[in-house]
Amino acid sequence: MQYDVVIGLEIHAELATKTKVFCSCKNEFGAQPNANTCPVCTGMPGALPVINKRAVELCIKAGLCFDCKISSYAVMERKNYFYPDLSKAYQISQMVHPLCVGGKIELSSGKTIRLNRIHLEEDAGKLTHISKSVGSLVDYNRGGTPLIEIVTEPDFCSSEEVDEFLKRVREALVFAGIAECKMQEGGMRCDVNLSLKPKGSKTFGTRTEMKNLNSFKSVSRAIEYEIKRQTAVLNDGDKVIQETRKWDDAKGKNLSMRTKEEAQDYRYFPDPDILPITIREEDIVRIKQEMPMLPKERRKLYEEQYLLSAQDSKQLTTNKYISDYFETCVKLYNVPKKISNWILTDLLRLVKDQEEYVFPISEESLVEIIKIVEDKKITKVIGLELLDKVITCKQSPLKLAKELNLLTIITDEQIEQILLQFKEENPKAVEQVKTDPKVISFIIGYVMKHTQGKANGAVVKELVGKMFVNK
Amino acid sequence: MEFKDLKLKDLVQGIKEKQFTSESLVKYCIEQAEKYEHLNAIIEIFDDVLLKAKEIDKKVERGEKLGKLAGIPVAIKDNILYKGKRAGCASKFMQDFVSPYNATLVKKLLDEDAIIFARTNMDEFAMGGSCENSCYGVCKNAIDSDCVAGGSSGGSAVCVSAGICPVAIGTDTGGSIRQPSSFNGVVGIKPTYGTVSRYGIVAFASSTDQASPITKTVEDNKYMLEIIAGKDSLDATSIESDFGASKIKDKYVIGICKQLKEGIEKLEQYSKFKEAIDILEKAGHKIVEVDIEHIKNSLACYYIISPAEATSNLARFDGVKYTTRSKDAKTLEELYIKSRSEGFGKEVQRRIILGNYVLSSGYFDAYYKKAKRVQELLKKEFERAFEKCDVIITPTTAGEAFEIGGKISDPVSMYLEDLFTVPASLAGIPAISVPYSLGKKDLPLGLQFMSAEKTEAVLYDLADKFLKLTKGGK
Repeated sequence: MQYDVVIGLEIHAELATKTKVFCSCKNEFGAQPNANTCPVCTGMPGALPVINKRAVELCIKAGLCFDCKISSYAVMERKNYFYPDLSKAYQISQMVHPLCVGGKIELSSGKTIRLNRIHLEEDAGKLTHISKSVGSLVDYNRGGTPLIEIVTEPDFCSSEEVDEFLKRVREALVFAGIAECKMQEGGMRCDVNLSLKPKGSKTFGTRTEMKNLNSFKSVSRAIEYEIKRQTAVLNDGDKVIQETRKWDDAKGKNLSMRTKEEAQDYRYFPDPDILPITIREEDIVRIKQEMPMLPKERRKLYEEQYLLSAQDSKQLTTNKYISDYFETCVKLYNVPKKISNWILTDLLRLVKDQEEYVFPISEESLVEIIKIVEDKKITKVIGLELLDKVITCKQSPLKLAKELNLLTIITDEQIEQILLQFKEENPKAVEQVKTDPKVISFIIGYVMKHTQGKANGAVVKELVGKMFVNK
Repeated sequence: MEFKDLKLKDLVQGIKEKQFTSESLVKYCIEQAEKYEHLNAIIEIFDDVLLKAKEIDKKVERGEKLGKLAGIPVAIKDNILYKGKRAGCASKFMQDFVSPYNATLVKKLLDEDAIIFARTNMDEFAMGGSCENSCYGVCKNAIDSDCVAGGSSGGSAVCVSAGICPVAIGTDTGGSIRQPSSFNGVVGIKPTYGTVSRYGIVAFASSTDQASPITKTVEDNKYMLEIIAGKDSLDATSIESDFGASKIKDKYVIGICKQLKEGIEKLEQYSKFKEAIDILEKAGHKIVEVDIEHIKNSLACYYIISPAEATSNLARFDGVKYTTRSKDAKTLEELYIKSRSEGFGKEVQRRIILGNYVLSSGYFDAYYKKAKRVQELLKKEFERAFEKCDVIITPTTAGEAFEIGGKISDPVSMYLEDLFTVPASLAGIPAISVPYSLGKKDLPLGLQFMSAEKTEAVLYDLADKFLKLTKGGK
């Protein structure tokens, strides 16, 4: 039997705030266990949460990224359950009145994925199971760090759609400075709800929820696996059980964690320690003004204003760092097309770590090199040589070019002299160039050889035309 | 030197003017505590009190600037955190808990050079109206040790009434300061919700918890409240207040709630209550009747909202962190269940179960949500009533202190103890209890005044006027 796949997502992203969401402890990854803790985030008796306004603003920003309706009234609620990594035995989250409602993201196919909500909540600590005799240790550094949860409608029907969506979400969150979304640090996590229904059927099948998906790749793999598993169950005439399943990336399969019967009643109720949040229209306007341009808008700008190709615009906006770098350069020197070429062909090849983009040269220095080339003081080939030198010596390009005697001092007259010499040595070639333009590169090569590469190819070309062709 | 009859302000003055030392005052309080040890009001006198007193005395000697409570011993309820000292909410579960930080109110007391003297007995986790639910044993009434102290701040009220300590801090969630104050013939206030920071007070029902002073006189009470009150950046629900000083009048309009009238008339103390009203009326205050329709539902609402919040607040006591862990738990679930079953007393367990029930899916709307809606209505009705009157008057409790063991096996009749005190808690408005008469057993009876939010000054003023008319209710 053929089935339609129905997928919905719950995405958690760690907000990029300086401090935790209900206390002033540092929000950072990788500190010594329990170094960033206080009475509030360790759930000491008598300690009270005070909400971090920045976290609320970042959640609203996320809502603005994805066309959500921003609530004018939002409530923090307690989600009650016991687990040692949850210091208060309740998680402060949102249920009935989330900060952002609805919203949507359009995929490249033109299909719209609807969002149900985006809400703010706190993360739990981390348990490390040592051994049976030692037991488990708890680290509350992550406890109380701010998260947003993005909940989608069940609008996906393939792992490819999910993959594109997740990348779009990450791109927007990173671009807007909302979250860093470092998957390997758990900065972005995704739970997948998946069900199958007979092709064309209107009624949803029974869904399962998959957890522990720590990379985009594992999300795709897990979805493919679960589709196969559920298909097999249904084809055998069995029923899919509503349950939570844990993905094992190493084994490439998932296992049941708990069934619906074992599911907890979280007994949500408004947290009496935190006053309801009221959001005024002027708050939203202010937050909107703080929003940096998102990739979609940037691509539009690059193509329409800077006249870059769609391909280049896309490449420049794969990453906020590259995009910001490019824009800074353009601000310093308004030759977008040239800058784009330098970045995409000459700088990108120098970046080794694909997760952490950092170019080894400042925007100012790169622009200075481009300027020297554009002013025809050096050739592009020498420009690239200069680029390497600047990166190794960490000196200003102009100073370095002078010191290394790279600056072109070849005048038009000198080139004319060399060309005349060429004519004497190669009268045949001079004749050929009139009919066969390919010969020109041979002539340029000759000039370069006699100028140690400092002659400007374009100038040579121009002079060859003037002296040999259009005589 | 006989300290017992000295007022707080006189004690402050005395130390400042070197009539006596803080050390001698603290020594006196320790002697008193020993003398009244049988009342079981105090769990522990902190070991450094004499040392701290000497430090203050040195400060006096050196002529340094002194705080408003320089050298004054202040007792605190066992649910208030004082850094480095034990705080256990009179629970077996928390017996070994040492406070890692200071409650905001403790910090304020220390900033004013007070000596935090002792921690006082209470009903476990502030749940109870008799001070019988304590892992340290029953706290007895200061006037008749066969009777209950009242609760949950029984230890604090007894401490002041017996003259162990000039002032004690208690907490009031549904009447836990006013009822024991009434039973022990002292002055206790429950200020407007948020007046005193809740930071560092072990939470019972967050939306009605308030800490405040229990004192011998109205004047002392006001002096203390002004010190510990104030907006706190660590408590989002705390507020700034001037206590409505501008609303003080010569003659007040005093309201009697129509919906409570019949009930009050049936009370044994009714004739005394009527007498009090007559005294006030004769003194020129106007008595009017006001409508507060939902006041009759307050007790039911309170016993839904407070257990619901308590269930969640007490969930952190799970045997994993600071509480005693059950020794024979084999799995995580067993660790939770056994630790909590062994650690929490009966009344606390009863309320946890009740709270979980009203929050559970399928019952949430019928109970919790409805109770919150009634609470909103009640608040509005009080607001409307205060358009017609300045103060609403009731007895604080149905009667005088009852005998120890008298109600402990009957939780519902114990809950009824809160009938007159709970409405102000739910509405978030201030209410004061002052001694006004004696009951059949010659035990004190308290009179309760309630007023609009942030008008504690009115309550203090009227209470003071009333006590002057009746010579302190004696």
